[in-house]
Amino acid sequence: MSELKLPSIDYAALAPTLILLGAALVGVLVEAFVPRRLRHVVQLAVALLAVLGALTMVVLNANDRLVTIGGAIAIDGPALFLQGAILVLAAMALLLIGERTVERGGAFVAQAAVTAESADDRRQAEGAPGLTEVYPLISFAVSGMLIFVAANDLLTMFIALEVLSLPLYLLCALARRRRLLSQEAAMKYFLLGAYASAFFLFGVALVYGFTAGTPDRAAGVDFATIHAAVAESSSSSVLLFGGMALIAIGLLFKAGAAPFHVWTPDVYQGAPTPITGFMAACTKVAAFGALLRVFHVAFEGARWDFTPVLGVVAVLTMLVGAVLAVTQTDIKRLLAYSSIANAGYLLVGVLAPTSEGVSGTMFYLVAYGFSVLAAFAVVTLVRDADGEATHLSRWAGLGQRSPFYAGLFTFVLLAFAGIPATSGFTSKFAVFSAAFDGGQGWLVIAGVLTSMVLAFPYLRVVVLMWLSEPGESTPAVVMPGWLTSAALTVGVVATLVLGVFPQPLLDLAAGAAEFVR
Amino acid sequence: MMEILAKAPVEPVGAVTYGTAEGLLGSVWLLVAIPLVSAAILLLLGRRADRWGHWLGVASVGVAFLLGLTYFFQLRGLENRSVELSLWDFIAVGDLRVDFGLLFDPLAAVFVLLITGVGFLIHLYAVEYMAHDPGRRRFFAYFNLFVAAMLLLVLGNNYVMLFFGWEGVGLASYLLISFWYVRPAAATAGKKAFLMNRVGDAGLLIGIFIMFATLGTTQYDEVFTGVGSLTATTVLLLGLLLLLGAAGKSGQFPLQAWLPDAMEGPTPVSALIHAATMVTAGVYLIARSNPIFSANSTLQLVVVSIGALTLLLGAVIGMAKDDIKRVLAWSTVSQIGYMFLGVGLGGAAYALAIVHLLAHGFFKANMFLGAGSVMHGMKDQVDIRRFGGLAKYMKITWLTFMAGWLAIIGLPPFSGFFSKEPIIVAAFERDDWTAWLFGMAALLGAGLTAFYMTRLFVLTFHGPARWTEEIDHPHESPKLMTIPLILLAVGSIAAGALMVGPVPEWLEATAGLGGGSEAAHETVLSHLAITILSIGVTVVGAGLAWFLFRRGTATEPQPAGVLVTAARKNLYTDAVNETVFEKPGIFLTRALVYLDNRGIDGLVNALAAGVGGGSGRLRRLQTGFVRSYATTILAGALLVVAAFLAVEAGWLV
Repeated sequence: MSELKLPSIDYAALAPTLILLGAALVGVLVEAFVPRRLRHVVQLAVALLAVLGALTMVVLNANDRLVTIGGAIAIDGPALFLQGAILVLAAMALLLIGERTVERGGAFVAQAAVTAESADDRRQAEGAPGLTEVYPLISFAVSGMLIFVAANDLLTMFIALEVLSLPLYLLCALARRRRLLSQEAAMKYFLLGAYASAFFLFGVALVYGFTAGTPDRAAGVDFATIHAAVAESSSSSVLLFGGMALIAIGLLFKAGAAPFHVWTPDVYQGAPTPITGFMAACTKVAAFGALLRVFHVAFEGARWDFTPVLGVVAVLTMLVGAVLAVTQTDIKRLLAYSSIANAGYLLVGVLAPTSEGVSGTMFYLVAYGFSVLAAFAVVTLVRDADGEATHLSRWAGLGQRSPFYAGLFTFVLLAFAGIPATSGFTSKFAVFSAAFDGGQGWLVIAGVLTSMVLAFPYLRVVVLMWLSEPGESTPAVVMPGWLTSAALTVGVVATLVLGVFPQPLLDLAAGAAEFVR
Repeated sequence: MMEILAKAPVEPVGAVTYGTAEGLLGSVWLLVAIPLVSAAILLLLGRRADRWGHWLGVASVGVAFLLGLTYFFQLRGLENRSVELSLWDFIAVGDLRVDFGLLFDPLAAVFVLLITGVGFLIHLYAVEYMAHDPGRRRFFAYFNLFVAAMLLLVLGNNYVMLFFGWEGVGLASYLLISFWYVRPAAATAGKKAFLMNRVGDAGLLIGIFIMFATLGTTQYDEVFTGVGSLTATTVLLLGLLLLLGAAGKSGQFPLQAWLPDAMEGPTPVSALIHAATMVTAGVYLIARSNPIFSANSTLQLVVVSIGALTLLLGAVIGMAKDDIKRVLAWSTVSQIGYMFLGVGLGGAAYALAIVHLLAHGFFKANMFLGAGSVMHGMKDQVDIRRFGGLAKYMKITWLTFMAGWLAIIGLPPFSGFFSKEPIIVAAFERDDWTAWLFGMAALLGAGLTAFYMTRLFVLTFHGPARWTEEIDHPHESPKLMTIPLILLAVGSIAAGALMVGPVPEWLEATAGLGGGSEAAHETVLSHLAITILSIGVTVVGAGLAWFLFRRGTATEPQPAGVLVTAARKNLYTDAVNETVFEKPGIFLTRALVYLDNRGIDGLVNALAAGVGGGSGRLRRLQTGFVRSYATTILAGALLVVAAFLAVEAGWLV
């Protein structure tokens, strides 16, 4: 028996992921050993420090372009850019998650196992301190995302997918109020997520079979092997196309693209709002990071075959998101459909066959992440005694009650609508121009047309806030604690700055747009 | 038509280069800046400037005149008498570079002197004329604004600068025509001027676009150098569009109708803007663009035709009008027609047109101010049938007006003779039968001019008094009004003889205006014969009018023949405008409103309803049941896999 040869591991390059995994484990220990009253502060500190430490390592590694740990992880420009983006957005989300002054005890339930809508449940909703397990769960999810965008083979990617998904399923179920809705959302997300994972895994198997036909090369699911196989495998290309389709389905599910978006509105609505923001920002980055890597690295040779099919998916996604947003009556569901439409615009960037497409998509992800976190931060503030007032009729006349926060929300909505001088305009311009230069004009036309439709629901909210008289049921905006204020400020300022001076970030994205294989 | 286009020869013009403005000439921008700052002060200070504002307005134009004189003498000493001053890059977008630059050359210099010199006298006159008007400060602010814009128009070194000035004088003209905006007639006249000018301005603007599209520049030197490389059709189109702009601003056929109505403004406005300067901007544009117009003989033919037609049209209508200012206005239209005729003839006639323009600036301003003086003494009466015998009461006005009258009808030695007669001669110099056509038109025009101007003069100052009851003793105007009149009268007498020699020589240094090189054509009649003929028709016209009107005229409208009725109704040009443009325009507007309400709004509303309905229906698919979600995903997955396999099998793409 030959000696087992261990792969070389570049620990520095893996440090961001390792730090967060370590922090998650520390968080589990904190749950066991730190007194209950201190746990929230300690957990929040551990998680934030871990995220900031990981971000520091990403910055230090900024010039790494390497494949490590036996070809499982690729640390290259897009991986580092997207890891940085996930960490920055996760830090903002952690600020929202850690907020405990807006609602006594925070946004999370104290005892998840208590029967929903029972007397105990109502009592704990009154102000018992929320669960602190959310912090290790977030750390696990973030570390999964960091691996997801850097995974260099399909199995690592699958594991990362599960690592990031399982904590999210749990987190969705932990809303302090409207427990049934929250648990239902988690259940749906879990079932459908498992379902989608199965598609992904089956796709991996098919692709593995396909690579077996490559001459002079062992079968495998790492991207270099797949890339070689696409070029010269003698196996039936049914395996390749079937596998590619199934892998795409698994990833498009996470990205929230039609017709795999069906979970999104229910889950966004039921999950605790800070978690919704976290999913809308960070999970989007992770999912599109994986899509970029799979289609630009592994299946690059089949570009002219997958582009039309995924293009149709993109157009459908934009249409479904835009058209369904028109009749929504709940602000969280409206933002969910908006995020679906944005997934369509992001797909346009993914399908642009140039490095401008990659950098445009990455820029879009960061810009959208900041805006959407700011939007959900405002949603957490509009509330009454029964929790958040998410029905749109309650937002009527908000501009007169709280002009400052209504103004901020208006600004964010204008960014979503893609008005110039906001990041929404520059990011849409970045992906659309890349796609247009790449010969995908039809996607750009669809994008512009659906943007026009989508402007309607946004402007409807703006009109509702400013031009309606406040009714008796219009709640006032609660004064945010400093954590929410910080997250909101960062989100709004980033939306403005990326709209007015986008060049530094565009340059950064353009410099980080080359994959290694 | 295409045949004509193809035959039109394209004569390349030599390269045009301008020197750099140095030394004192480097401050030529002050000419525009001083009146502009004065206008801003007058407008911004508001009532606080009411007491002294008019003097600031007069002083700014006076200073500009003195500066203009200094620059003029500087320029005379230079080798290359065309200097450019580039102030800053005004527009720099992609390939389009527009310089904010000024060009001071002989053509610009004479215009500067005309605008500031005559402008100064009229400003001075207006101090007294507007003395009892509560809006005097506002009036001077607009007047200064006009001077600044007009100077920018003639000083710009590219067509965009010219367009700026062009729009600026248009704005000032609009503001001043409707200066008494509470009078419905003034407000309407302002609107009419504004709208008709828009038509011309659109032509000019499209012309500038064409320049940029074909030559990539709007700088004068580059355009004139590059015009030889354009096709005859492009040159023709470009020239016609510039001509449309020029016709709009100068009240030439078919855009002449606004100018007589513009007399609703205060009389100094009529004198400065609607007689001496702004309305000659069209002549300036064509003279400035002479390398373009000279490059296409079809184009020149069009300019000449418009000039000839307008000079007859204006003269015929002028004969039938009874309002003193309207007669003068139609006379302006007619005289500018002579100038168009001149610039259209090309070659040496460009300079003749400019000489006539300058002479006209003096005598027409003189007569307008004289008319103002008459109105001042007659309680704002404007109907010449209610004047008569005023020579006794207003000696200075009578004598100065007489100088203007003799100048315009072109009797030697008054200025009109030296400026108009050469244009008539030049019209007879054409190669073919058109020499007779345009020559006779110009000659006939001279006779008609003599008739209607004599009628005006005689009915106003001689014959029996036919005043309305409330006037018992007409008075002469104060000194501040008569001094400008006297100075302008001196100009009316002397300017022609003084200018006819040196000015064409001086203008030769202007790009393309050096007409001397061109071989002079033979006239179809001898020069002497033409001179005798033109003096003859003038004397006949004037004599006839004197004979008919020396005993006054009826104070009420008299039944008249077809021609006189037509002339009273502006030869039905307004009626034509109404039927051809206004009625279809109103119909078009109504149709568009209908289309907008039913068609476009309907389409938009239907689309919105469609999206909303679709949204509502699609929403029902979102049932909330996991099983239906899973089914959707499965169906989607099957479709995606099927699509991929179809691509693989070659059924798609």
